[in-house]
Amino acid sequence: MEHKEPILDIKNLSVSFRMYEKGLEQKDLKVISNLNIHVDEGEILAIVGSSGSGKSLLASTVLGILPKNASVTGDMRYYGQPMTIELQQRLRGREIALVPQSVEYLDPLMKTGKQVVGVRGTKEKQRLAFKRYGLQREVEELYPFQLSGGMARRVLVSTAVIGDAKLIVADEPTPGMSKAMAEEAMSHFRTLADEGKGIILITHDIDLAFEYADRIAIFYAGTTVETALAEDFGRGPEALRHPYSKALWEALPQNGFKPIPGTQPYAGSIPGGCLFAPRCLYKTEECLGEIPMRTLRGGEVCCIHAD
Amino acid sequence: MLIEAKDICFSYRKNRSILEHVDFTMDAGERVALVGPSGCGKSTLAQILAGYLKPESGTILFEGKPLPRKGYCPVQLIYQHPEKAVNPRWKLSRTLTEGWEPQEELLKWMGIEKEWLSRYPAELSGGELQRFCIARAMSPKTRCVIADEMTAMLDVITQAQIWDVMLKMAERRKLGLLVVTHRMELAERICTRVVRFEELVEENPANVL
Repeated sequence: MEHKEPILDIKNLSVSFRMYEKGLEQKDLKVISNLNIHVDEGEILAIVGSSGSGKSLLASTVLGILPKNASVTGDMRYYGQPMTIELQQRLRGREIALVPQSVEYLDPLMKTGKQVVGVRGTKEKQRLAFKRYGLQREVEELYPFQLSGGMARRVLVSTAVIGDAKLIVADEPTPGMSKAMAEEAMSHFRTLADEGKGIILITHDIDLAFEYADRIAIFYAGTTVETALAEDFGRGPEALRHPYSKALWEALPQNGFKPIPGTQPYAGSIPGGCLFAPRCLYKTEECLGEIPMRTLRGGEVCCIHAD
Repeated sequence: MLIEAKDICFSYRKNRSILEHVDFTMDAGERVALVGPSGCGKSTLAQILAGYLKPESGTILFEGKPLPRKGYCPVQLIYQHPEKAVNPRWKLSRTLTEGWEPQEELLKWMGIEKEWLSRYPAELSGGELQRFCIARAMSPKTRCVIADEMTAMLDVITQAQIWDVMLKMAERRKLGLLVVTHRMELAERICTRVVRFEELVEENPANVL
């Protein structure tokens, strides 16, 4: 069997923003550092992690829609081809689709039906997508401000799924949706993945992620600390590798709702060595050195104490 | 009764009512979860209870009297999107002291760092901003807090941190807490009573007829 190229392969990605500090002095603020992920055909990769850890930024980076003051280094490949700006322009909206995070991405002055059809869609496809997500016919005649939070979210998902994209980047597609509707959306993503598409699912909803995804990448302070198999989350903290992942699991309402103290370090004041060390129970001297990503029990982890 | 809403009707468009004869009551010290499908009117009801929207008919009583039309409102609403609930052109110190002057102890308790006070909203993450929105609403005059999907946009550790503080505060001050959410696990974990939106509508005799 021939070895298939992953749809998207990202290695050692760093994203920084050039900003003014004082007067005309500029500095670079690094917000994503040494990030590694890959998505294969037929796979849902879920990305979970703390708020402000660069998850949405990753989505913008993949699509090439970062603001002008951003600079990207590292290796990003789409089916083995290096991802250039020209390639990104050609792909986005055609082969790579985005489900944006915020309802504010909708045009406030255009009726939702017309927005979902967009440039390359058709009325039939839009009606089919609306029907699938339980949006009634008259919703297409409404303006975004007339929608509730969950309805707007379903409209956003419709925009991404009516095309024939090979890779869908869904940035928090489910908050505000009821459980049944979120499950419908996720099982639709699952069907799309089973048809051979790749899906990056950025979410806070770990329960949904481990039910429908194949692998889960855990983000903290702009980098991946662990890539786990989805079923590891079902098995509990022993199956997980990184202390931050274990803390995430234990903070779920059904698993103790335990808040660990502290906040993640800021871009700009990132400590050397392990980024989680200031909040970690197992911290030792060695944690202040360089921590490589290593393979462990079928996943990857960025921690020297994990076993 | 802390809040007593009777026979509330509301519609955004003519002849398309979203709330029809809805009754809702809540006691001080009670923590009520309101769950229901999206677009059914949960947020609308939350806004009506907090006095942001005026119902077409029906009455809302707070401790037996109508909500005050001037001054500090004892029923405070916290939104799902903190970035939409703060003025983007104000530094956070100004946003925080809009309604009252929170003490340093509270800020520490909420996990608000001193240096955040001199920043603009765009320079903080959603979880950090939400802490400001909560601290802003927690004046001693607040008797009831309505949290409309307050933590839906946050990661689970931040969610647990915020609810931990919120529940302690509600306990200590005997606040009423109405939690609008889609997550049953959360509702069961933090609330004393779970209300399904459909029940609110169905139970009313006016709708049965």
